[in-house]
Amino acid sequence: MTTAQAFADALAVSPYAGFLGVEAVSGSSDRAMMRFSPPLVGNPLLPALHGGSVAGFMELTATAALTAATQGTQGRPKPVDVSVAYLRSARPADTHARAQIRKVGRRIAYVHVLAWQEDEAAPVAEMTAHFLLADLDSTNN
Amino acid sequence: MISAEFRAVLHQLVTTPPHPAALGFRLDHVDTDGAVLAVPWREDLVGDAGSGVLSGGVVSSLLDHACGMAVWTALKTFQPIATLDMRIDYMRAAVPQREIFARTHVFRLTRSIAFVRGLADDGDPADPVAAVQAAFMLNSDGGRRAGANLAGTRP
Repeated sequence: MTTAQAFADALAVSPYAGFLGVEAVSGSSDRAMMRFSPPLVGNPLLPALHGGSVAGFMELTATAALTAATQGTQGRPKPVDVSVAYLRSARPADTHARAQIRKVGRRIAYVHVLAWQEDEAAPVAEMTAHFLLADLDSTNN
Repeated sequence: MISAEFRAVLHQLVTTPPHPAALGFRLDHVDTDGAVLAVPWREDLVGDAGSGVLSGGVVSSLLDHACGMAVWTALKTFQPIATLDMRIDYMRAAVPQREIFARTHVFRLTRSIAFVRGLADDGDPADPVAAVQAAFMLNSDGGRRAGANLAGTRP
């Protein structure tokens, strides 16, 4: 399977990705889009997307990119920690994200995700996350 | 002591915004020490099909919202707030098909910023599944009116 196909599949099979309206950008192995829908809104007055919608979208993008990059060679990536910086309020519009895998070790991977709406140079949020790829104590997780 | 009126507002802030409503958030408990929110298990909120475990993103949403609730509880009033930064540690996978609880409290309140901590568990507070630390900006609307985000220029 190509990396792009594995990335698209990882998002397509996730029920939560379906709930948020997240899908891979065609042919890409690291870019995804979250189509706007009213249930993503957290503040209906401003109006702005909920921080959790954006965080969930970025987490899904990171997990799918890692799953695609490590397919078959390692276990399913499990998040260890995620850190989100919110830079601008996200409008009720389509949101884009790109995952950058900064390091893949034997057991741990480190990923950076950028999320933006109309302008990639004006991101709405950034995320960094560590993932566990292989668990030595498999009973613990 | 939280007044009945403010308690009603807090309840509304958990159940009526579209995203928390769509996820089924519930205000389990609130007092001056903080808030407890819950999200019932649902098949369409699972991350990996077949695992039966709620996606990490659902837990992130619940913790984010629960942190916001703790801020309003500490302020004893409703005002616009915005998450600046949120860090979540996932200590273990939740048990499949279990409801998740988020228990949050403000540990420092300044004029501009609220610092919040919390834990998430799947029934036993002594055995958490995740931990959160977050910083919120207070009075975050900066005088922007409702609908400001729909205007042409970027806020």
